[in-house]
Amino acid sequence: MTRRTRENLRQAATHAALLLLAIVFLAPLLWMVSTAVKPLDQTMVSPPVWIPDRPQWENFWKALSYNADELGYVPFLVYGRNTLYVTVLAVIGSVVSNTLVAYSFARLRWRGRDLLFGVTLATMMVPGPVLMVPTYVLFREFGWIGTFRPLWVPAFFGGAFNIFLLRQFLKTIPMELSEAARIDGASEWQTFLRVIVPLARPVLTVVALFTFMWAWNDFMGPLLYLTDQHTFTLSMGLQFFQSQHTGTPWNLLMAASLIVVLPVILVFLFAQRVFIQGIATTGIKG
Amino acid sequence: MRPRREQWIGVLFAMPWILGFLVFLAYPLVSSFYYSFTSFSVLRKPIWIGLENYREMLGDEVFRLSLKNTLAFTAGSVPLATVAAILLALLLNTSVRGMALYRTIFYVPSLVPMVALGVLWLWVFNSQYGLLNETLRRLGLPDPAWLSDPAWAKWTLVIISIWGTGNAMVIYLAGLQDVPQSLYEAAEMDGARWWGKARHVTLPMISPVILFNVVMGIIGTLQTFALPYVMFPGGQPARSTYFFSMYLYDNAFLYQRMGYASAMGWVMFLITLALTLLALKVSAKHVHYEG
Repeated sequence: MTRRTRENLRQAATHAALLLLAIVFLAPLLWMVSTAVKPLDQTMVSPPVWIPDRPQWENFWKALSYNADELGYVPFLVYGRNTLYVTVLAVIGSVVSNTLVAYSFARLRWRGRDLLFGVTLATMMVPGPVLMVPTYVLFREFGWIGTFRPLWVPAFFGGAFNIFLLRQFLKTIPMELSEAARIDGASEWQTFLRVIVPLARPVLTVVALFTFMWAWNDFMGPLLYLTDQHTFTLSMGLQFFQSQHTGTPWNLLMAASLIVVLPVILVFLFAQRVFIQGIATTGIKG
Repeated sequence: MRPRREQWIGVLFAMPWILGFLVFLAYPLVSSFYYSFTSFSVLRKPIWIGLENYREMLGDEVFRLSLKNTLAFTAGSVPLATVAAILLALLLNTSVRGMALYRTIFYVPSLVPMVALGVLWLWVFNSQYGLLNETLRRLGLPDPAWLSDPAWAKWTLVIISIWGTGNAMVIYLAGLQDVPQSLYEAAEMDGARWWGKARHVTLPMISPVILFNVVMGIIGTLQTFALPYVMFPGGQPARSTYFFSMYLYDNAFLYQRMGYASAMGWVMFLITLALTLLALKVSAKHVHYEG
């Protein structure tokens, strides 16, 4: 075999492998979409139907308001509003606090800084379940059980992962820029706000996106702290919905799942490039 | 700027985290350590019982089972997901047409929120009408009762973790793209074929990335909670998916045994540390750091 043919064969094999794997990876998601718009009598049939005779777009509406009146369930729309509320506050808190803290770690000099940063990195090793009981007890003392506060207030006090991510980026901005601003008579606060923050916009977007995903997906927090159905988030609501109807209305379950999944995927597709760069940075430039 | 003033400003900027660290991390960590030596619940004040919680664990069969399940799942899921992520990244690091689309397709599954992920896969794994068994039957392969057979239930979670390996895949891909082309050219001059290049250039060059991902994978997998909680309430079938975090949660909030749950948390912390150190030690000989 010549070198050329071998190269061509390899190309073809790579492409075939990619195509096959892409089908395997996409299948569950397409299956979810397909089931979500099926009438119930086409969900549990063999062989499976991929494209229903008559797509039931009203499934989405039905899932949103499923038996709300008869069974006293809280409609999904309320869960959606709760999730949005928590997510928006968490994103604001996380971006503001982590930027301030990372700025201090990356560009200000003070005694104890490096020690605290080392400790901060070490805290990433602490498994969440260790903190489950004491954090619950703490929030109970604050009187926060049954409120949204445990889900967003901590975001205003920074988090090790995002501080690390932002610090790595802020360190790459030349110190001369800050010095120039200082010589021009800018205060530290003005330098931060007018010089550094505008330059850091891409990485701020990454932190906002990570926090959005984390808050939107969070299940443990709501499970621990939300006690009333009217305050449930989408994750909680979906789990509740599922556990109430083990197995039967698969079309509505898939429609509800899709409603939870879709915003995340849309946000991702919208900001794909920045996002992927952010993830890559966490593992490489560490 | 005067040093005193500089010190003050630095601390001020870091203040949110200094407070957050003290209130939401340091204090809970210290109090959980104290709780682990007590018997207490939400309704009852902690009573000091010394090492009793830890002693009880030694004879607690459910504890042992949940630990065994968790370690078995970690041992199955982390290596397989790692290999899958590296292979996908290698495929994505080639130059064929439509690459951007492939990257998106392999990444998107990792975005699906845990609960939706569980609900979706309950349907895919449905033994009668699920997509997977329909396909397996069509191919003439055996169609196990994934969700109700204790021998298979853990494997459903392993399969899902491979499907959702997008984050690690992206990190590997970035690592692969950082490997200097000149190294491959040098290897080719020495007559290296595909495998030779993979073995002597690619793997050593991305070894720090592999270590990072494996350590993060171990830490994350040991904490597995939401997915089995949604898919297998109570760790069914036959408690084969009853993991450490689930037993910890049940102790704290179902049985009102918060002291015992805190002690379990510390055991988990120690196991995480031990496995991380092990990974660092095992890798010390193989991981290659530049300059």
